[in-house]
Amino acid sequence: MTAPPAGVAALLALADQRLPSGGHVHSGGVEEAVRGRLVTDGPSLRAFLHRRLLSVGRVTAGLAAAAVGLTAATVARLDAEADARTPSPAQRAASRAQGRGLLRLARASWVGPHVDLAWADLGARPHHPLVLGCAARAAGLGAGEAALVAAYLAVTGPATAAQRLLGLDPVEVAVATLDLGADVDAVARAAAAVAVAATPPSGWHAVPDDGDPLLDLLAERHAARGDRLFAS
Amino acid sequence: MGLFHGDDPHAHTVRTGGPLRVGIGGPVGSGKTALVAALCRTLSDRLSIAVVTNDIYTTEDAEFLRRNAVLPDERISAVQTGCCPHTAIRDDITANLDAVDDLVERFADLDVVLVESGGDNLTASFSKGLVDVQVFVVDVAGGDKVPRKGGPGVTGADLLVINKRDLAPLVGADLDVMTSDADRVRGGRPVALVSLREDPAAGPVVDWLLAELEHHRVHVAGAAPAGAPHARA
Repeated sequence: MTAPPAGVAALLALADQRLPSGGHVHSGGVEEAVRGRLVTDGPSLRAFLHRRLLSVGRVTAGLAAAAVGLTAATVARLDAEADARTPSPAQRAASRAQGRGLLRLARASWVGPHVDLAWADLGARPHHPLVLGCAARAAGLGAGEAALVAAYLAVTGPATAAQRLLGLDPVEVAVATLDLGADVDAVARAAAAVAVAATPPSGWHAVPDDGDPLLDLLAERHAARGDRLFAS
Repeated sequence: MGLFHGDDPHAHTVRTGGPLRVGIGGPVGSGKTALVAALCRTLSDRLSIAVVTNDIYTTEDAEFLRRNAVLPDERISAVQTGCCPHTAIRDDITANLDAVDDLVERFADLDVVLVESGGDNLTASFSKGLVDVQVFVVDVAGGDKVPRKGGPGVTGADLLVINKRDLAPLVGADLDVMTSDADRVRGGRPVALVSLREDPAAGPVVDWLLAELEHHRVHVAGAAPAGAPHARA
């Protein structure tokens, strides 16, 4: 039997949707997609999740991987890179809200990400992938693992939300997530490779910048509603 | 606290200082929002109060409180619970903690923050990470068997409020059965039998809250600020 690599337990904890960092109140655009009848069943959910992985998933995986090498001097630059890749103000707010939640948990778990960076250097409301990369570093994980968690969460967050909103068969939703496994791996590997090869901070322009106007639009329409179940 | 955490390995989770945080939970329609409104009306002239609501569609309860002008708008914050009101007060309290922290930041003089849960079932209860004390509200019209059925809310809450006592004769509920069942499952912790319609000032609940606030001020708020995270890395 091959022993699992060091840090796998921490990796599982960071990817666990029960991690109390506020993710369960965010649908990643699914609530609005359900309202607009873009997502109505298992197959349309699969298409949505794949599309989200190839935009939000790529970007957050790249940012999380880059954040593993963050220092106090480069926080502002990576924060700006995250903003630049998140044109929708509603999505920025959702990312920063979840970053704030994860930061609360990370502060309680680890004294700091590493010797060149304190939690306070991230500010009060950092983007979620930045905190995720720093938490991965604190847990002894690397860029590849940080990217993997980010890409995985880009899929599982909306999947769970859709299950609640549509009353889908939970096995069907879980199978959809598992079927995307190879794609999640590939997105994470590619994003981490770019982030590791980049010389911070100027090289960070190469971090994936895939966008999806549909997701931006869904986020903005959702934020304008008064009768939301999810925060995003 | 600094470097010294005493004997408690989880000292970082023990919050000291700040306002008294009161959770108000209970089934749909039992009178949670009416109780919050009553507490605000009765106490807002002598205490600095803020409210966090957790409703199905975000704003229903917050709008009720605003319409009834029991507090200025900026003291009422509505949290989205992602279809799971119970998760938001017990399993992952992040969104509620953020709302409370924002209110504390905005109003430095806060005495009390009321966190009203979304309508839930008898298994609902608040995490101790979110609130200092919790009230569970049931009502007479829900049936006089509710206290006997128990559940974490009925048995574990610091105060059980049995609301709508005025309806007992109309729904055939026996108030003596309700209070004696409640006493039995709660090990003697307080039970308030009220009618918010007949007593809009919520007298017994106000008295309980003021006593809890006094206790909080003496035993918690006067202590040192929250400690640093403990080392693990």
